[in-house]
Amino acid sequence: MKQRYVFVLALLLTAVGMSVFVYKWQVLGFPLTEDRETPVWTIESAISFDSGPGSIKVNLLIPTLTPGFRKLNENPISRGYGFSLNYGSGGREAQWAVRRADGPQTIYYRISVYEDAQADQLDTTPPFPPPPVINEPFKTAVDVLVNDVRDQSADAESFTSELLRRMNDPSLGPNLELLLSNVSSNSEFVEVATMMLAAARIPARKVHGFSLSGRQRHAQLITWLEIHDGDRWRYFDPATGEESMPERFLVWWRGNESLVRVEGGSNVEVDFAVQRNHVDAIAIARLHAGQDSTPLIDFSLYSLPIRTQAVYGVLLMIPIGALIMVFMRNFIGIDAFGTFMPVLIALAFRETKLFWGVVLFTLLVALGLSIRFLLERLRLLLVPRLSAVLIVVVLLMLVISLMSHKLGMETGLSVALFPMVIIAMTIERMSVVWEERGPADALRGAFGSLLIAIAAYIAMGVTSLEYLIFTFPELLLVILAIVVMAGRYTGYRLLELRRFKALTGD
Amino acid sequence: MFGVAKKLRAAGVLGLNERNADFIMRLNPRRLYPRVDDKIITKELALQAGMAVPEMYGVIRNQGEVRRFGEIVANRESFVVKPAQGSGGDGILVVTGRSQRKRDSFRLSSGVRISEAEIKHHLSNIVGGQYSLSGNPDKALIEYCVHFDPTFAEVSYQGVPDIRIIVYLGYPVMAMVRLPTRASDGKANLHQGAVGAGVCLATGETLTGVLDNDVVDEHPDTGALISGLCIPHWDFIMESAARGYEVTGLGYLGVDTVIDREKGPLILEMNARPGLNIQIANCTGLACRIKRIDKIFNAGATPDERAQICRQEFPATR
Repeated sequence: MKQRYVFVLALLLTAVGMSVFVYKWQVLGFPLTEDRETPVWTIESAISFDSGPGSIKVNLLIPTLTPGFRKLNENPISRGYGFSLNYGSGGREAQWAVRRADGPQTIYYRISVYEDAQADQLDTTPPFPPPPVINEPFKTAVDVLVNDVRDQSADAESFTSELLRRMNDPSLGPNLELLLSNVSSNSEFVEVATMMLAAARIPARKVHGFSLSGRQRHAQLITWLEIHDGDRWRYFDPATGEESMPERFLVWWRGNESLVRVEGGSNVEVDFAVQRNHVDAIAIARLHAGQDSTPLIDFSLYSLPIRTQAVYGVLLMIPIGALIMVFMRNFIGIDAFGTFMPVLIALAFRETKLFWGVVLFTLLVALGLSIRFLLERLRLLLVPRLSAVLIVVVLLMLVISLMSHKLGMETGLSVALFPMVIIAMTIERMSVVWEERGPADALRGAFGSLLIAIAAYIAMGVTSLEYLIFTFPELLLVILAIVVMAGRYTGYRLLELRRFKALTGD
Repeated sequence: MFGVAKKLRAAGVLGLNERNADFIMRLNPRRLYPRVDDKIITKELALQAGMAVPEMYGVIRNQGEVRRFGEIVANRESFVVKPAQGSGGDGILVVTGRSQRKRDSFRLSSGVRISEAEIKHHLSNIVGGQYSLSGNPDKALIEYCVHFDPTFAEVSYQGVPDIRIIVYLGYPVMAMVRLPTRASDGKANLHQGAVGAGVCLATGETLTGVLDNDVVDEHPDTGALISGLCIPHWDFIMESAARGYEVTGLGYLGVDTVIDREKGPLILEMNARPGLNIQIANCTGLACRIKRIDKIFNAGATPDERAQICRQEFPATR
């Protein structure tokens, strides 16, 4: 019956641990391995202008909806300006204001984004645009063209393609010649296209953005055409009429409004710089989840201060060491001094590294043991004797550190990381065993402890495991379940097979 | 590897994990542990139940009482000092005699001389908890030193041989004689190097011995044959072991008996976690005997009846 409770408990723990783990992994997108980094793009816009005599107000359109990208963070950088974020007809608008400024001014706005194919943000379905009010003779030209193109197309999509194809045709008809006569930039070209699309009652708008690649000191704004086919927005290359989108296209703003408006300043210039860097995928998952506000993330270890995180990175490995301990003792049957002494020694090995750890540990215990035998002759009472051993251990650590430093071996310094109280207890216990049962038993126990410590050190040092436990601490519940199950293991220990070999009947 | 495990399982060999999980934890409630872990309590309980135990000369309960040592042993030529909560025979001092001229000089069973001051230091260590199971302060016990029966004179090296019987729910299911060797320093604990010899429950006759998990026929120090010795008072020993169940309430129990030349069998101590080497000494698994007892278990049987049943059920197989 108890067996069943244990089984149910273990199952429950595993289920909880695994489901949280899978949720974080699959839904929140926590990566399973550490080195998965996602490229992050930082785009910085610098607005420079000469300040006028009065108050200054700067408005900059900034990214609102960015298909294919997610915002990691953004920050305005300016000296002495008040900052506010507003929503205008063209999307989000950053506004800086100051009562007085002297000389040339520069204001920065920086945004970091990362690629996310699933970042298809919801966009509104626009109403059919009103027919544009156009003066003659342009009105007639537009009407003729729209009728022409409509005859040669089936829907909004093919209409747009056909229109753009005609507009890019080297041999423009007289109507297009007239309409495009004042066009001097790509932006104006697209504006004419949207005007004609509006006349055909197709919602269309200009899209401005960047094609992100590598590091660009002066990134070029690209103007693209966006139409709504009644279902979703589609992007068209204004130069070819193909439905496409530039590679890694970050939409900065939409519409005909100008990017920046400066009141009280002159000689306004806007420059964009793009930089690519790698950021831990965890940071992104955290932010991503933070936007969805999941309590699982609020309680993540990554929300702790960095220094505390480092402590937990070590602490969370102790259960792994304990698991090894259970395995070595209950399944293999290796004897050791003290229940968790080997795990603590293994922790110390993390700092000293294995070879020096074993050397220093052996040295410390051997020296401590010999001094303990000298103390035996003094016939001290138990507690004072234990304290004496502890003090001797501390002194030995000091001596080893100083000696190794003099000899130029800095690894010797890390001896100070050994758990001295545990070592003192080990020395005491070992000396009693040595006297009562002989050196063979004492050395066997010491060797067993060292063996378990080495095994625990190796297991606790697997970096991918360390990362996994730190990112998904709920996996400790699974380890707990394994340990609970092991607590009801009634089979033979590996070494017992040899011990009872005479009883097999052979 | 799994083949060996399968064979052991078939032979009914009990492993440590199974012993701990299925027997000790199930049958030995923790609150009853003090009855066997504290030898002074064991002694009192055994006396109340009318069992024979070595006479207790005195108890030293704290550091201050250590000076009473001389007074306690004033008229004794031989005695044993042991920690009340010791485990595995650690911390036991067997004093077999003292110098006639210098009364503060004693002789240990090994023949080594020891001064009163040294014994007092040992007592301090015991009281300080050096040998106790939990490391807590302990009491030291000074009791009668058994003059062992000549039956085992040929097969023991110094020290006192004792008889360990495993009692399952009041049924004495397996027994062995533990013979001290030079390696075990006169102590009768197998892990310290003593020889264990299986015992035929029906007759009380010894079988082959085991030393460090190996089967042996002769005592390593004296060279005498271990098997074929007849344990005296076997009837009584089996019955007292069975009675240990009523005394302690523990369902899985080891009862240690010594045979004194004059006083006959005396219960030395009882153990809530008896070791598994007894299986090697008897070349038999405990699990199959336990299974048999589960089948014929009778809650109303008296200790004497239970001992008789076991003597019929478990004769030596060879």
